[in-house]
Amino acid sequence: MAKITAGVGTSHVPLLGRIIDINQTDTEEWRPVFSGYDFTRQWIANEKPDVVVLVYNDHANAFDMKMIPTFAIGCGESYHPADEGYGARPVPPVKGDAELSWHIAQSVIQQGFDLTIINEMEVDHGLTVPMSLMFGQPEAWPCKVVPIMVNTVVYPAPSGERCLALGKAIRKAIESYDGDLNIQVWGTGGMSHQLLGARAGIINREWDTAFLDKLSDKQEELAKIPQTEYIRETGTEGSETVMWLIMRGALGDNVKEIHRHYHVPISNTALGHIVFETKD
Amino acid sequence: MALEKPYQDIPGTTVFDGDMARIGFHLNQFCMSLQSEENRKAFFADERGYMSKWPMSEEQIQAVLERDLNRLLALGGNIYYLVKITMAEGMSVAAAVSTMTDMSTEEYMDMMKKGGRSPEGNRYIGESE
Repeated sequence: MAKITAGVGTSHVPLLGRIIDINQTDTEEWRPVFSGYDFTRQWIANEKPDVVVLVYNDHANAFDMKMIPTFAIGCGESYHPADEGYGARPVPPVKGDAELSWHIAQSVIQQGFDLTIINEMEVDHGLTVPMSLMFGQPEAWPCKVVPIMVNTVVYPAPSGERCLALGKAIRKAIESYDGDLNIQVWGTGGMSHQLLGARAGIINREWDTAFLDKLSDKQEELAKIPQTEYIRETGTEGSETVMWLIMRGALGDNVKEIHRHYHVPISNTALGHIVFETKD
Repeated sequence: MALEKPYQDIPGTTVFDGDMARIGFHLNQFCMSLQSEENRKAFFADERGYMSKWPMSEEQIQAVLERDLNRLLALGGNIYYLVKITMAEGMSVAAAVSTMTDMSTEEYMDMMKKGGRSPEGNRYIGESE
């Protein structure tokens, strides 16, 4: 039986991908940022997940204003890195698990989540930067990926309650899958950042920290936070953090936090990272 | 009944909602076209001529020519789309972002290195006065 064994939350700032791609992670400037992932890279090398269900948002790269799915699931065999205007990142193509994706799609839709099904798409830094942070620079990624894409670019993003409930539905879907798979769920994006207007650059360490503190066992409380509070407290793009609730919902009631990292700034953004193991 | 917009009392912030997406549709799709090298070349060779392929307003066209990002936000531009113009010119996202604040790029970067802009006094319009 397939089992969700762990969850990972991480920011997905494009600059982090750039620094990895040009081999600058060990410099004086960047060591304090990337050393916060040393634990996770070693841990994941031992955990060897077969599949990662990776929750992220596209940033006007693979998708434009023509179509804006609120929740979508990739059901393809592979996904190529998108050209974000300066050439695609030099990372391997992302391998899909089409059979598991279709299983999750059917189960989750029948549980009341009308996901958009996508068979062909490219993936931007929202998906590839977390892969690089966890796995470094391998010739081929060591696991398959089920992409769950969430709209956080056009207001409104889905609510925290819907995100948490979608995570729970994904858990149920995976528990009913026959394949013997070790599965992780990752929530990406955030934390504090605002890339626009006179208030650009807002960072709310206190709010971000409280969010991370509550993610272990007060996820139902976090799910009630309206998007306006994310925007007011952590910036317009801080809204992305709501996606971490999909990850948390998929982990079941009891989790153990085994690692955390927080760093300001990465360019305009507060970087947050957390690792949970599931307990039931 | 009009839709609720509970975020309108946040200072210095334009939330990219349905109204903005509607008035900015063609502007954002023009920005999106700059993903391709061929289009970037055509745009920089004749900016106004290139933009005439989209039914954008004269105000939007003028704001693109002036690289006035704050005005473009007010005219329905979305920041992820708008930075495609500035990135094509080799400008970092942080530098582009700084042009919307009352700081120079250097001052903005310096603020970020020191922990960013505090939320204190920046949650509600008028609270800092």
